[in-house]
Amino acid sequence: MAEGRMPERARLERPRGDRGDRERNQALAALTLDPGSLQPAPRLARRKTEKIRGKHAALCFATMAVMLGLPLWWKTTETYRAALPYSQIGHLDSMLLRLRVPVSVVFIQGSLPIVDQQKLPFTVVNERDVPLKCKMKLKCRFQLAYRMAGSHEEKAFKKDTIEEAEAALPLPKEDTLGSLNIFVIPEKSSLLPKDKMSYIGPKRTAFVRGTQVRQALTVMGQRILQVAQSMSLTDEVLAAALGDRLPEDKVSLDKRRPLKSSLGYEITFSLLNPDPKSHEVHWDIEGAVENYVQPFLSLLSVVGNFSMDSQILYYAMLGVTPRFDAASSSYTLAAYSLPHVINPVEARLGSRATSLYPVINFLLYVPERAHSPLYIQDKDGARVATNAFHSPRWGGIMVYNVDPSAYNTTKYPVKVDVDMVPVMEVFLSQMRLLFGIPPPQMPENFLLGDPPREGLRSWEVDRLVWARTVENVATVVTTLTSLAELLDKIGNIVIKDNVASEVYRAVDAIQEAVVELSAGNLELAFRYSREAVTSSEKAFFDPSLLHLLYFPDDQKFAIYIPLFLPMAVPIFLSMIKIIVENQKARKDIEKVD
Amino acid sequence: VAMAAPLVLHLLLALLLGSGGRSGAEPERDSLREELVLTPLPSGDVSATFQFRTRWDSELQLEGVSHYRLFPKVLGQLISKYSVQELHLSLTQGFWRTRFWGQPFLQAPAGAELWVWFQDSVVDVDKSWKELSNILSGIFCASLNFIDSTNTVTPTASFKPLGLANGTNHHFLRYAVLPREVVCTENLTPWKKLLPCSSKAGLSVLLKAERLFHTSYHSQAVHIRPVCRDAHCVSVSWELRQTLTVVFDAFTTGQGKKDWSLFRMFSRTITEACPLASQSHIYVDISRNSQENETLEVSPPPTSTYQAVVLGDRRTYAVYDLLNPATFSGSRSLNLQLRWKQFQDIGYIHYQPAQDRLRPHLLEMLIQLPANSVTKVSIQFERALLKWTEYTPDPNHGFYVSPSVLSALVPNLVGAKPANWEESPLFSTMFPVSDSSSYFVRLYTEPLLVNLPTPDFSMPYNVICLTCTVVAVCYGSFYNLLTRTFHLEEPKRSRLVRWLANIIRRIRGVPPV
Repeated sequence: MAEGRMPERARLERPRGDRGDRERNQALAALTLDPGSLQPAPRLARRKTEKIRGKHAALCFATMAVMLGLPLWWKTTETYRAALPYSQIGHLDSMLLRLRVPVSVVFIQGSLPIVDQQKLPFTVVNERDVPLKCKMKLKCRFQLAYRMAGSHEEKAFKKDTIEEAEAALPLPKEDTLGSLNIFVIPEKSSLLPKDKMSYIGPKRTAFVRGTQVRQALTVMGQRILQVAQSMSLTDEVLAAALGDRLPEDKVSLDKRRPLKSSLGYEITFSLLNPDPKSHEVHWDIEGAVENYVQPFLSLLSVVGNFSMDSQILYYAMLGVTPRFDAASSSYTLAAYSLPHVINPVEARLGSRATSLYPVINFLLYVPERAHSPLYIQDKDGARVATNAFHSPRWGGIMVYNVDPSAYNTTKYPVKVDVDMVPVMEVFLSQMRLLFGIPPPQMPENFLLGDPPREGLRSWEVDRLVWARTVENVATVVTTLTSLAELLDKIGNIVIKDNVASEVYRAVDAIQEAVVELSAGNLELAFRYSREAVTSSEKAFFDPSLLHLLYFPDDQKFAIYIPLFLPMAVPIFLSMIKIIVENQKARKDIEKVD
Repeated sequence: VAMAAPLVLHLLLALLLGSGGRSGAEPERDSLREELVLTPLPSGDVSATFQFRTRWDSELQLEGVSHYRLFPKVLGQLISKYSVQELHLSLTQGFWRTRFWGQPFLQAPAGAELWVWFQDSVVDVDKSWKELSNILSGIFCASLNFIDSTNTVTPTASFKPLGLANGTNHHFLRYAVLPREVVCTENLTPWKKLLPCSSKAGLSVLLKAERLFHTSYHSQAVHIRPVCRDAHCVSVSWELRQTLTVVFDAFTTGQGKKDWSLFRMFSRTITEACPLASQSHIYVDISRNSQENETLEVSPPPTSTYQAVVLGDRRTYAVYDLLNPATFSGSRSLNLQLRWKQFQDIGYIHYQPAQDRLRPHLLEMLIQLPANSVTKVSIQFERALLKWTEYTPDPNHGFYVSPSVLSALVPNLVGAKPANWEESPLFSTMFPVSDSSSYFVRLYTEPLLVNLPTPDFSMPYNVICLTCTVVAVCYGSFYNLLTRTFHLEEPKRSRLVRWLANIIRRIRGVPPV
């Protein structure tokens, strides 16, 4: 094969050398002048060189297009996508969330058999799995640190009543958010009424009656655990936090009432006076806010920022006409019509112009004279004692009837001074429900201490913070996983550096929060979880994600084709030609062989 | 708001505190005054200017928790959050024609105008301005969010603060106009919501959107500024003025008569005053009455009149006090009417508005023209985009509006005898004329060629295709040149060709092939 080609090559060398125009013209002239002297061999050779040169040029084009054109096109039309921690986000989905509740258990002299007393101090850990529908795992871990009481504490229990004893107790070393102090008092102690087993105070303190039976520590452990659980991570708290992640049988509609976790809340008190011609209503909202609402909210300030304002709206009507009840000569709003009450009023309430926090509305409605007195009926047709109702995640409405004796006058409008105490009682209990702090439900043999002046027990706030932290963690996990999934699925989305950094920040914060939760530092964990929520929401709702979303592929190709088609077709055709020729040549050679 | 449940209260809260028993003896800290000025304009139109002024005796910025009564909460929050010193926002449709309508009380440019003085505590004025305009855009449903650095200016001499001001460092002033803004019902509704009596009582009852936007001029505005609380000016009050000016075309609403009434203009009447207002007046400009001795008549007769020099002119107003029960004593509602005593005949006007794609406009007027006078009849129209299939193949040529027709009976200069209609020449009996003292003429004007805006229908794709074709052609020839092999073919000539070639060669003196 090689031998066959060699002479041909040699002959080719020469004509390649003299390719000057003049020479070629002379050759042409010679050809035309003297056809007889035509030598077929050099002509064939020249044609072949031309062909090979064409082939090389075509190959050159193809390589240029592939090596230079395609990368250039790719690079210039590429969407910028910063790297994201996909694997870490993937792990979040199936992580283990361990909630550690540090409980210090203090035994007063005589509350335990002597044998058991000698075993103190030591620490017991009790862990409980919470079944979830998703891949995440949740464990509640109560860490009970047993010890004997010190002399100061002993002294406090010499008092007569339980409240005094509680007040006399020295401030515990660890009175942080989420921690609990449980004191075990002697079985025969008169501090607790006979039928009560335990007492839960307004702070993070509880008293449990001791026992002298055998295996006293095991028995006590169960009792203490029950108390600790009802002060921190009850089923209600978890249900409020996890919502639909819990299996269906654990969630009832009632538990979905609380407001979503947010950095802040705006509370608006509105007085609706639909009939200013008959009523001149005055309410002392300044005093009420100062005396009732602000102390209450100052306790909740851990959970978020609160801002308040009030307004009076005139000619603001309810959306439904109340029914006249002849028997009691009063008007009634039936339970089924209550959902229609809010919408028309809401148009007047004013938009939340200056902040993005959720607004909680509390409306005090003074019915017009033609419709008063007005009473709200519940589902069974009975009057609601408070004459109020609330709508989850929106707020509450209370109807305030004007004293009918006020109408015995000829001078209109009638002056109405609103008694703010019952109104604020209703609004504050509605506020508890809206924030997810329902009135605690304790077993029969538990004695519940009165709440302090401000209206909230410390451990109730703790329960709320537990719920909010777990909710935040769950929200962030959902947000991040769905964001990662979305970005992974749609390649068109631009991922800018700031979005990526928010995602990284959220992932870091959520991991910190999980670590702090398992270490029992509720406050820190809550702070981290809030940070994670902020960052993840910022990343998820970043407007830059939408920039290139609306360029479907078919439109892109409509733009590309007029350029790419005429460019690519000659290259492809010559490639095909070269391949076909090569195959043909190989076949010829095989034939020759 | 999906679900509402009656609340069964657990009165666990021990609200042991004494009731905050401050009685309502303290004076109200805010007041509302409302006013409507009706002015018959020289052109025969009627202008109505509403002003609602809410004054709030409160240092807005200093308080943590604000309590609002008459002052709208939304605006109050806005002022305190962005430390606004003064805010002036107007939304206007149409243009105040001073030549025909005289001086306005408060003119505003067409579109949206916003100018704000910030307090000197504001650090980043531009940022506050941007956020403020965005929020205002949300509140008033206007596209104020398009205000950015490209259309914002800081005037140094004009636009001084209208209210109390410590300093006038123009660094804290921002001014922007959006002339394209179209004002419509969705801007009026939030504006009305700011009124304490909403649109349920008092003058605001008249604010019916479908009538207010059926006018030649509509301008609504919000002005917020600090004012002195009393004569000593020790403390500051906030004043919110909501103004609304409309100019009604009295001819079209009144079937060619200049008379008007509240009901005819607003299709509402006033039944009661706003109980929250401390003052509620209607003023009707009757200045022309005194000049041209009793040319117009207002009913019901006003309780009092008010004279003042307004805009450099002595004016007389008939005053109606809505808070005075006597105003409503005659009937249950107040329907203010104005009638011109000297009936000015403007003939007959028939107008049939067009319906898109169904029928054209028709306007017929019967006018008696004075001698040696010029009468101009002009019609405003708007250029609109057609649907893209409705354009003719040469849309840039324009669209024709048919000529207008003038039919007139012109008095004869010379007296003529009544001619026999049958026997007269045909050219003189085209139009039957009953009276020989005048003759009939019908004139036509030129058709009007209107250039409508025409979109360039396929420009972008054309450009792409053209460029790509040019590139492809260059590339193709280049490619061919480089990859094709060019070589000489053996000349295979037929006998005829060779014969022809030989003839040519012989002529040229070249030896034949």
